[in-house]
Amino acid sequence: MRYSIFSLARNALGGHKGWTPTWRDAEPKQAYDILIIGGGGHGLATAYYLAKEHGLTNVAVLEKSWIGSGNVGRNTTIVRSNYMLPENIRFYEWSMKLWEGLEQDFNYNAMVSQRGVLNLYHSDGQRDAFARRGNAMRLSGVDAELLDREQVRRMLPFLNFDDARFPIQGGLLQRRGGTVRHDAVAWGYARGASDRGVDIVQNCEVKGFVVENGRVAGVETSRGKIHAKKIGIAVAGNSSRVAAMAGLRLPIESHVLQAFVSEGLKPLIPNVITFGAGHFYISQSDKGGLVFGGDLDGYKSYAQRGNLPVVQDVCEGGMAIMPMIGRLRLLRGWGGIMDMTMDGSPIIDKTPIEGLYLNAGWCYGGFKATPAAGWCFAHLIARDEPFPAASAFRLDRFARGAILDEKGQGAQPNLH
Amino acid sequence: MRIPCPFCGLRDSSEFVTIGEASMSRPPADAPEAQIFDYVYLRDNPAGVNQELWYHAQGCRSWLKVARDTRTHEIESAVLARGGAQ
Repeated sequence: MRYSIFSLARNALGGHKGWTPTWRDAEPKQAYDILIIGGGGHGLATAYYLAKEHGLTNVAVLEKSWIGSGNVGRNTTIVRSNYMLPENIRFYEWSMKLWEGLEQDFNYNAMVSQRGVLNLYHSDGQRDAFARRGNAMRLSGVDAELLDREQVRRMLPFLNFDDARFPIQGGLLQRRGGTVRHDAVAWGYARGASDRGVDIVQNCEVKGFVVENGRVAGVETSRGKIHAKKIGIAVAGNSSRVAAMAGLRLPIESHVLQAFVSEGLKPLIPNVITFGAGHFYISQSDKGGLVFGGDLDGYKSYAQRGNLPVVQDVCEGGMAIMPMIGRLRLLRGWGGIMDMTMDGSPIIDKTPIEGLYLNAGWCYGGFKATPAAGWCFAHLIARDEPFPAASAFRLDRFARGAILDEKGQGAQPNLH
Repeated sequence: MRIPCPFCGLRDSSEFVTIGEASMSRPPADAPEAQIFDYVYLRDNPAGVNQELWYHAQGCRSWLKVARDTRTHEIESAVLARGGAQ
């Protein structure tokens, strides 16, 4: 069913009894042309673009739990393309462009809100670094504005400009950045894929790969064996575990990242704000809660929950820039498992096993990448060649010394 | 999460930093490139109990070898790394 003002009116007149399920919960068949492991944002987006852009519909998405139960529902919903390395800018800008047209494209309200992303700077050195990043963005055709203290003050008068240690000197603003309703992204892609014939199979955990003569032939799952000619892995924090079933070791560690939401408030924070002297980012959801997060806990984890020292650190960051939130009560906190690569940049590539493809290593930038990751992964699987915007995200770049280290931290995943 | 440091007793994990898996050992300087690539970049990243190196930065400044479950954050043991992992 196509959603529009007319379908809404028609169903309103019919007492809202005519709505059909958004997408089809399918039983697995014995064989498909293509399997996507992982029914999160990236997996569902991949299936959607395989069907829509490449006409490949004999496809199944295998999800071990329910769709959207992983990181696509565990992030802070921020989208932006304010990167510095050319390889990253072109990819994340492609993602930004897809976000801008997404709702019309898949006919679903994902509440894409380009409310702007403002990165605050607190020292002369940081201003210079941000000016450099803004210039790199503008050279690649991405919008960026360097604001001074007074311009930031006019925009956000409630910030603590005169903090003794970290006074706010200004900020780098990307107006096209913003937030997107994350669950709707999963549902919208699931609907678009399902309508075109893709099977979305839930409660179907992959237990092993069937490899014949160096080529994948299918997977063993908790719901039986499923044959396929091509298989794509898009399982975020569990990438190492799934790849290990195929005998692969990845340049990835899994880390926990926490995020939080406060009780609901009247409109308070108009955009996305990040603290430059610590690690804190905040926005306000349309429901009114303040959604915020900070650093990784710093140790490997598959637990989807973190520890209290990081909660304190995040709250200190918040208090440093906006002391007014000090009396707010926290509603929820949660953890997601991040597939942290050795250089902080992702991987969309073939693997040494023919027919097995890998989409992994999103660190904690996976949500904003969802449309482009799906687009590029679908292109790779369908045509066996990388989409230009993602051609640098190779699995062998570490061995070749061609790393994409945006932060310059080296092979230390908990610092990216 | 608290780590039972052999010197300092049960201490909060925020006093420590970790560099990850203790099973890795640095290959000799003249080792082939593939072996060094393995050491620098590839990880087992297991879900379950694994050996990790933790440094008690705000305590006794010892390197510890900690057996920790990545699914539950439960710590089985912590011993001095000296003499063991490199």
